[in-house]
Amino acid sequence: MQSALSRWFLPLIIMVIGAVIAFGLPLVLSNETYLLRLATSLALLITLASAWNQVGGFTGYPSFATAAFFGLGAYASAVMQQFGWSVFAGYAMAALCAALLSAPFGFAILRLKGHYFAIASLMLVSILREITTGWADVTGGGMGINLPGAGGDPLAIARISLEIMVMLAAFSVALSLVIAKGWLGFGLSCIRMNETAAVSAGIDAPRLKTIAFTISSAICGVAGAAYAGWIGYIDPSDVYDIMWSVRPIIAALIGGVGTVFGPVVGSVIYLVFEELMWRNLLTFGTGALGILIAILVLVMPGGVLPSLRKGKVS
Amino acid sequence: MNAAILAQVVVNGLLLGGLYAAIAAGFSLVWGVLNVVNMLHGSAVVLGAYAAFFGWQLGINPFLAALLVGPAIGLLGWVVQRFIVQRVIAAPVLITLVLTFALDLILNNAMLAAFTADYRKIGSITGLPPLIVGSVAISADRLIAAVLGIAATFAVHLYLTRSRLGRAIVAVRMDQETARLMGVKVEHIYALTFGLGLALAGVAGCLIAAVFPISPLNSGSYLGVAFVACVLGGLGSVNGAIIGGLVLGVVESLGSMLVGAEYGVTVASVLLILMLLWRPQGLLGRAGYD
Repeated sequence: MQSALSRWFLPLIIMVIGAVIAFGLPLVLSNETYLLRLATSLALLITLASAWNQVGGFTGYPSFATAAFFGLGAYASAVMQQFGWSVFAGYAMAALCAALLSAPFGFAILRLKGHYFAIASLMLVSILREITTGWADVTGGGMGINLPGAGGDPLAIARISLEIMVMLAAFSVALSLVIAKGWLGFGLSCIRMNETAAVSAGIDAPRLKTIAFTISSAICGVAGAAYAGWIGYIDPSDVYDIMWSVRPIIAALIGGVGTVFGPVVGSVIYLVFEELMWRNLLTFGTGALGILIAILVLVMPGGVLPSLRKGKVS
Repeated sequence: MNAAILAQVVVNGLLLGGLYAAIAAGFSLVWGVLNVVNMLHGSAVVLGAYAAFFGWQLGINPFLAALLVGPAIGLLGWVVQRFIVQRVIAAPVLITLVLTFALDLILNNAMLAAFTADYRKIGSITGLPPLIVGSVAISADRLIAAVLGIAATFAVHLYLTRSRLGRAIVAVRMDQETARLMGVKVEHIYALTFGLGLALAGVAGCLIAAVFPISPLNSGSYLGVAFVACVLGGLGSVNGAIIGGLVLGVVESLGSMLVGAEYGVTVASVLLILMLLWRPQGLLGRAGYD
């Protein structure tokens, strides 16, 4: 009983803290539009980094597909809302579409290893981007979609978006914790350490990997839907931008891949740096970000949290 | 389908494929020998294209410029490997991917800042009329570019099989530890290979600049081409890159005709994923040891 208590207690606390932040922060920041935007961006990045970590960290499969499910979720919810569905039905549709695509796709490509897996997952982004651009009847093609809810009071939208995004981040982190402490996380870490041995010890590796990939993708899909509602306008080059795949990976790398709270810490650090770059180096912002990432990877490949824990940079 | 149209489409695909071969060969070599997927490759191609473009403005023929641009970008690659990539060479796949991606961000953003995103185009180079074979028309510039692309790739193949250093590269590709025991300085070979890979990218860029408009925005699609052609041909195989490049060129041309040009990337990507699942070792069988 005790272990069950501790297993569910911490995730519950995270959800409660998330709820407090979600409903407290918009009040505190009620007129600070820049900070509202920054906090929402941070919550979005934490959501994605934490979701990526469930596959890339726990399982060790370097997925670059985050942008694919993020974009798919954004479009699924936007299209449904255009058909008159409610916002929350749109979110459900986003999760469903992402899960329905990621389960068979993940099952197929999770047989691949290393670079091959990374590339196959990356390809999904460009495929979806092109199909979305081409299928103009439904998606608006390169013109994109204006969400029906857009055009309301911008401050109200900003507040609601922050609340949703923070709750989503809390959910993603809490779920990571539940996975990490439970049978799924145990199986996944066995797979990460030695997949052949895990399989011969009776772990159904393809099934566990697919489950993790599907859960992670569904969260990314909902995050995409929340992003669409927040920004109010989406187009293929924005929501299927490869940076949506890369930023969560960098954030997780900074904080510590495979740890539950690494992606959270990493997201904070990453976003602070990114904001500083964009504000001070407009034309070379992306390049400066590249320099920063390169230095981080070279100096601290293990991430901040594991380095702190070991008391040395490894 | 009309046979004359089909022939024209296939020829167009082969002309494109010659360029693709040159893009893929260097990428494949680096991946095969260093086990590094070089995300910088697409931007290196674009850098080569700009060098050729500015050379053309000074009156230098882009096909001749390749002889200069290739080694120059190769030297850059040597430096990048020696002082940056080498430091993470033993790290997990994720780390090397992220590092070369970061390097790509730097180079690509620098080019965007320096050259803007505007497309630029070199005019007709040879000024020759198109070659007419039966019903098929072949642009002279494109034919020369495709032939040179395959020739450059084949030259690297000859270098790998005939020269002493080339043999050492192949030895490291086959068995790094044994090569080390045989007295091969593996770190030097890594830097040499990375330089050779980027030199090929630079040459490919010059050839592309000769026939297509160029912009820093294209680097992603060249990287995609390198991925697909490399996997099609067989990882690490320079000869395989020729086969992979030609197959990809023809598939893309046919695909554009059948399902529409706007789905070109989708056709290539689906092809790649199916290929990965069905035959990850590539069309040429086992991972190539040139």
